[in-house]
Amino acid sequence: MNRAAIQSTLAGTEPERDATELTRHGSTLSWRVQWAVPLAALFDLAIHLLFSKRAPAVETHSYSLLMYEIIGVSIVLNIVQRFWMPLRSWMRHMCPIFTAAILLFGVWDVVTLGFQMLPLPYFPGPAAVLRSLISDRGLLLDSTLHSLALLVSGYAVGLLVGLVSGICIGWSGPIRYWGMPLLKVVGPIPATAWIPLAMVISPSAFVSSAGLIALAVWFPVTMLTASGISNTRASYLDVARTLGAGRTYLIFRVAIPAAVPNIFIGLFMGLGASFLTLVVAESVGVKSGLGWYVSWAQGWAEYSKVYAALIIMAAFFSTVMTLLFKVRDRVLVWQKGTIKW
Amino acid sequence: MVAFAETDASALRIREIRKSFPAPDDPVTKRLVLDGISFSVAAGELVCLIGPSGCGKSTLLRLIAGLDSTDSGELFIGSQPISEPGAERGLVFQDPNLFPWLTVRRNIEAGLVARRVLREKRNEVNEFMRLVGLEAFGGAYPHHLSGGMAQRVALARALINHPKVLLLDEPLGALDAFTRMRMQDEVLRLWENRRTTMLLVTHDIDEAIYMSDRIMIMTQRPGRIDRIITDALPRPRDRSSSDFLRLRSDILELLHFAGDSATA
Ligand SMILES: Nc1ncnc2c1ncn2[C@@H]1O[C@H](COP(=O)(O)OP(=O)(O)O)[C@@H](O)[C@H]1O
Ligand SMILES: [Mg+2]
Repeated sequence: MNRAAIQSTLAGTEPERDATELTRHGSTLSWRVQWAVPLAALFDLAIHLLFSKRAPAVETHSYSLLMYEIIGVSIVLNIVQRFWMPLRSWMRHMCPIFTAAILLFGVWDVVTLGFQMLPLPYFPGPAAVLRSLISDRGLLLDSTLHSLALLVSGYAVGLLVGLVSGICIGWSGPIRYWGMPLLKVVGPIPATAWIPLAMVISPSAFVSSAGLIALAVWFPVTMLTASGISNTRASYLDVARTLGAGRTYLIFRVAIPAAVPNIFIGLFMGLGASFLTLVVAESVGVKSGLGWYVSWAQGWAEYSKVYAALIIMAAFFSTVMTLLFKVRDRVLVWQKGTIKW
Repeated sequence: MVAFAETDASALRIREIRKSFPAPDDPVTKRLVLDGISFSVAAGELVCLIGPSGCGKSTLLRLIAGLDSTDSGELFIGSQPISEPGAERGLVFQDPNLFPWLTVRRNIEAGLVARRVLREKRNEVNEFMRLVGLEAFGGAYPHHLSGGMAQRVALARALINHPKVLLLDEPLGALDAFTRMRMQDEVLRLWENRRTTMLLVTHDIDEAIYMSDRIMIMTQRPGRIDRIITDALPRPRDRSSSDFLRLRSDILELLHFAGDSATA
């Protein structure tokens, strides 16, 4: 018996049910699923061409090209999925959401470029934003890398310090007595409120911004690590002690693993706080990165660049978030079935 | 009344133990839970401890395990006084308490890792997994296991340290009747195999008669050892033999008596 088979027998899943599910997913894609995406793109294209006299030719060109590309790629995928089942089930799953997203572009185009219902220059159309995205890609990439460097260094420091202080506060009574009040008083202050002080204290804007991000991450990580450690089920500790465990084993092999689900909640909270602090710190402090780019573009009233940067930011932050989810799923395999978030 | 033989061969010796806890309603006053418990268990013996719920059986096992300390009295493992938890006294609870973040194999290894002897004794892990019939499940996580399997892992995890005494606190109490009977045979097999001294707490009279060399009956709070039943049946035992049923009705009668004396 191989391991997968054992696991499925253990979990009580009958292989027959898996097989039927496979065949259901394996059947051909319906006409609607196959053509929804290209038709939506075609619709966007038609709308845009209808109003294109109002937009500069370069914008229309790149927007139309994007729509042609979407149509082309989706037709190619429609052909490939006939021979490749994983792609087919992926398409079945993703098709509605993609269609909706593409149609949303059409609506955006109608509202802005079409009927000019929203005031310019604050609300440019999708073609203008796409154009900024393309023309300013060098600076945008550079800003993203700067943001990444700042985020990673701040998050890493906050994480490490937070884990250490959380473990100490959670495990040791005296440290909890002195540390907890400090944590409760200092922790809830938003990291961004320290900006004036940080700029005075620190030699470089990068260091002070990274420090602020670290502070923003440190609080939730410490809080949740400490509570996870101090709420370790006493019976796990008892069992370990009857097995001959010393203090090192109790801390590193019982209390910390038991606290990991809690620690991850702290990591997610810290990540959210770090995004916020990053953007604020960049726009007032370091003068680089996506946060700086947004306020710089706004200063020049180039709102299509603001939206371009927001799109990059959304992609960047959600990728980082997804990465953390993946790490969590990896680390918490033993919890499978009990995680619901 | 309390009859116990003190021999040098005793693996576990307990003398005049008292233990009280703060009363739940009024933390200042103390409530006596164990009132002068004395007994000893010979090496290789399997002794059962039965008594009404709340009489202090778990408290007693925790004291022997070294997880709590007594108010007065002496505990010896061989000739060593007990002062703190140690690997020579294994403890298995009703809840298997497997570490959910470790696979079956790593759970069984835990004692070796804790004592830093994994490298020398790695081959024993396979032996103990085989002993409890779980070779195929080494990579599974505890949440995949049934109650009986989980309890077998807990037994292997305790036994891998070769404890001088294995303390079992209603280890089969949460299992269904069929699994429980199978596991009783399993525990007996382990015991006959390894001759580990066992002190088994149970609330199941049949289990006590089926398994033990001696049965100690405790009274309602404050807990005392009321009776020790030494006339064990020859092994292997038959749960439906007339001797078994007779002993069972005798004990039931005794327990009824024990209940009366506690209220008096
Ligand atoms: N840590 C504790 N603090 C206070 N009271 C306790 C504690 N542990 C046990 N007790 C009390 O001691 C008594 C005996 O408990 P226990 O040993 O668990 O009984 P049993 O295992 O025989 O059912 C109970 O009345 C229980 O409430
Ligand atoms: Mg109990």
